[in-house]
Amino acid sequence: MSLSPEQVFRIAQLARIEITTAEMDVMRGHLNGILSMIDEMQAVDTRGVEPMAHAQELTQRLRADEVFEMNRRDDFQEIAPEVENGLYLVPKVIE
Amino acid sequence: MINASLSELSRALSAGHISSVELTQEFLRRIARLNPTLNAFITVDEEKSLAQARAADAALSAGTAGPLTGIPVAQKDLFCAKGWLTTCGSKILSNFVSPYDAAVVERLNEAGMVCLGKTNMDEFAMGSSNETSFYGPVRNPWDTGRVAGGSSGGSAAAVAARLAPVATGTDTGGSIRQPAAFSGLCGLKPSYGIVSRWGMVAFASSLDQAGPMARSARDCALLLNAMAGFDPRDSTSIERAPEDYCRELDAPAADPAKPLAGLRIGLPREFFDDTAPCDPQTSAAVAASIEELRRLGAQTIELSLPNVRHGISAYYVIAPAEASSNLSRFDGVRYGWRAPDYSNLEDMYCKTRAQGFGAEVKRRVLIGAYVLSHGYYDAFYLQAQRIRRLIAADFAAAFTQCDLLLGPTSPDIAFALGEKTDDPVQMYLTDIYTIAVNLAGLPGISIPCGFAQAGEKSLPIGLQLIGNYFSEARLLNAAHRYQQATDWHTRIPEGIE
Amino acid sequence: MKATDWEVVIGIETHAQLATCSKIFSGAATAFGSEPNSQACAIDLALPGVLPVLNREAVACAIRFGLSVGAQIAQKSIFARKNYFYPDLPKGYQISQFEHPVVSGGGIVIPLENGEEKQIRLTRAHLEEDAGKSLHEDFHGKSGIDLNRAGTPLLEIVTEPDMRSAREAVAYARALHALVRWIGICDGNMQEGSFRCDANVSVRPRGQREFGTRREIKNLNSFRFMQQAIEYEVRWQIETLEDGGTIRQATVLFDPDTGQTRAMRSKEDAHDYRYFPDPDLLPLSIGEDWIANIRAEMPELPAQLAQRFQNEYGLSSYDANTLTANRETAQYFLDAVSAAGAALAKPCANWIMGEIAARLNREEREIAESPVRPQQLAGLLTRIDDGSISNNIGKKVFDALWNKEGESADAIIAAQGLKQLTDTGAIEAMIDEVLAANARSVEEFRAGKEKAFNALVGQVMKASKGQANPGQVNDLLRKKLQG
Repeated sequence: MSLSPEQVFRIAQLARIEITTAEMDVMRGHLNGILSMIDEMQAVDTRGVEPMAHAQELTQRLRADEVFEMNRRDDFQEIAPEVENGLYLVPKVIE
Repeated sequence: MINASLSELSRALSAGHISSVELTQEFLRRIARLNPTLNAFITVDEEKSLAQARAADAALSAGTAGPLTGIPVAQKDLFCAKGWLTTCGSKILSNFVSPYDAAVVERLNEAGMVCLGKTNMDEFAMGSSNETSFYGPVRNPWDTGRVAGGSSGGSAAAVAARLAPVATGTDTGGSIRQPAAFSGLCGLKPSYGIVSRWGMVAFASSLDQAGPMARSARDCALLLNAMAGFDPRDSTSIERAPEDYCRELDAPAADPAKPLAGLRIGLPREFFDDTAPCDPQTSAAVAASIEELRRLGAQTIELSLPNVRHGISAYYVIAPAEASSNLSRFDGVRYGWRAPDYSNLEDMYCKTRAQGFGAEVKRRVLIGAYVLSHGYYDAFYLQAQRIRRLIAADFAAAFTQCDLLLGPTSPDIAFALGEKTDDPVQMYLTDIYTIAVNLAGLPGISIPCGFAQAGEKSLPIGLQLIGNYFSEARLLNAAHRYQQATDWHTRIPEGIE
Repeated sequence: MKATDWEVVIGIETHAQLATCSKIFSGAATAFGSEPNSQACAIDLALPGVLPVLNREAVACAIRFGLSVGAQIAQKSIFARKNYFYPDLPKGYQISQFEHPVVSGGGIVIPLENGEEKQIRLTRAHLEEDAGKSLHEDFHGKSGIDLNRAGTPLLEIVTEPDMRSAREAVAYARALHALVRWIGICDGNMQEGSFRCDANVSVRPRGQREFGTRREIKNLNSFRFMQQAIEYEVRWQIETLEDGGTIRQATVLFDPDTGQTRAMRSKEDAHDYRYFPDPDLLPLSIGEDWIANIRAEMPELPAQLAQRFQNEYGLSSYDANTLTANRETAQYFLDAVSAAGAALAKPCANWIMGEIAARLNREEREIAESPVRPQQLAGLLTRIDDGSISNNIGKKVFDALWNKEGESADAIIAAQGLKQLTDTGAIEAMIDEVLAANARSVEEFRAGKEKAFNALVGQVMKASKGQANPGQVNDLLRKKLQG
């Protein structure tokens, strides 16, 4: 199991992390090292074993349908990179 | 006062021998003096701390104080604290002043504790040496050429160097226990669901758990009393009656010479064989601690946890998968750092995240995206989750034969700065004994059990005890009885006076 | 060469905003039209460290829907993260359901043009959170993000590819729209985006088993646009194929101004959503007792009610379906019939679908706001039925009720002296007067001109100010003229 540079670019695109060509070799080396460490797991016989997503076997608690959050826009937008008229601004979204 | 236990501090504050303001100032002075060397804190805000200390003093004189009122605490920078810079050790949150408090912060504030500052950590808790922090590595107070461990390295160094009497940490794969071991402290990772994750910035949600880091088991128990409790804001928080984690510590033993009589300690073969070769001085110290526990009345049983050897693999699938998703919110839109130059929206995302995250975070985000991606999900993610269940089942079987499990916390003592930074896999292997505990969601504690000679320096060795779900009180009691019979936990690093 | 006979295949995905007060995973309000970002709390903004907790009412809505379409309600369902980057998606993932949705199967019956019915099978319905909105008005060439809508609960309802024309697709969407409003889980306001449909459209030569490549038309927010968009898309696909082209899977938008569909640019790259179970949310468990409680509180469903209207009141299928188009109309009808008696069900239906519907339509009001209440309508129809007033006077009384000139039909009839005149003596006296004054018409009638008779009836009715019983006037007049 070894990732090609194209695969690394594709994953990086999915994760929205720019990787320059200069960084590629080191990154790919590290990722492939980690993947080969993980690879031993494939030999484990897990037939019939239910995947375990949570540490505790519990079910979801439900909340009453009540509004308890107040408008804190000013607090929240004080720490925003760019806002105008109460909106968060980003480079133009093209649909 | 800097070496006093929490109980001693509490008595001194109640008796008026010292005020919270004086105590806080003393620790702030030590931080000012020693932090430039150790780099244990990312943020210190004297005015905020002193304001809390003044409020604590008012409560103390009004007679409304609790057992922790007025006692300073260092908060890991993973906990959101209202009005405090909360960076998680990352550039991407380098300007994030939290508009709200984490549950742990709220609870400690309500207990009247004084926040001394926010401690350094591996970026988003991803690391085992505190070298992935954007704010630079933490140095080990026992040897400043060595790492303090990670990811709660700042908290560990702060407590070890007496910059704080006690600190909070978080543990996803060993991030409380391993730095506790490297720094000569007592660190407890509670059962998953005991301490609320609300406001604790997520690394791997199904594994993350906050816990106390202190110089003794008793101090850990006292801090855990304040940290733990049901929180309806965290869907994974467990509804249980409140517990006093100190309750077993003071119970008189039938035979005072054998306070651990009746306790069955399991010794998993895999923690001692060549699955993970252990540093010889560590092996010797752990063997000696087993003897000590036997002297205290404990029985030992050899057993096996056959699937624990796959813990590292399963963990490095599950944790990065959850992390890759948890860290998607850091996109430079609503808060945090945004790249200065970009050509369009996509470019803004890619540059903000490329420049805002460090190398280790990027590696894990990419591994996580890969193992979840189309065509790989079953082979990686589901397989890892199945192994996770096998590991949990191993522990469940073990706990039918024994009350606690014992082994080294880490195969190594604190290593030199830079020693493992070029080889992520070598770094990951330092958590080989701690990781399985998080996968199963069990409580684990690391306590000092000896020292290793490394050249001129003497470095702490950690012993890990693992309990069944919700057995924190029993774990803390075993650690406490051991600490009453030994003095490893009372040693003080040289040069921090 | 014979032209290919194309078959159209359509599946619909609908996002229905659930009518909860608070969001699906946070305690922020869901009200529409508030100041931008004033209803986006820490959880909706995805601040670091926040966690979701599930709203019970959102789950109850899903259960209600499942019961209303005869679906399976999962005992255990799982929330999953759907990972993708978009500025209106604050966490970088949407909490949705993937492998184990809360509702599976079931179906919705739609009327066909030929008067028959067809069952559209549902694949599933799952709970998820809505995204915010990107506003593309000019902010110096940037987009503005409003996250008030982020976290609003949605039920995504997915059909099998069972529809074979734009008309069927619209019939399904209308039936679903009526149903979700009927069971009170969605306000159905399409302008505000409470009910949005995506249509997956493909074509294949009739008889071919495999489906053609589909294109997904996103965000259809009116039935008219749905019809236009699908019709355009079908024509485009057929023309493309007949010109020797191929269809590539794509997501397209409908432009109401041009009446055309166009592929979206931003969704072009291959998606890999990396679904996995959300570690912040535990499995959702729905017990039998909860389902039983909700079942017990469910209103009678439109299809059942329409059937009952036909059986009990002898209404036509068309009338029964019209009256059950929404719950308010059905309730109005039931209230009117309960006051007027089952014997008057048919006139009740006629008046509701006729006079009342026309006026509401003219005044752009909902039936719940009708100035004439069901009990008032019943009073009016009772007086028409017992002969106290004629149908024509009835319309006058209805006018007066509509304009609030009186509390009841009886009060208006009394106040305005509209009671029908049935006293033979009085009518005969009026006839005598009319005959005396219209000698010429009498002569014409006697000469065989039947038209002259009608003119004389008109004169008598006029003399009685419309209150004389027209049948009586007819009989008495003819007797007199022939006598």
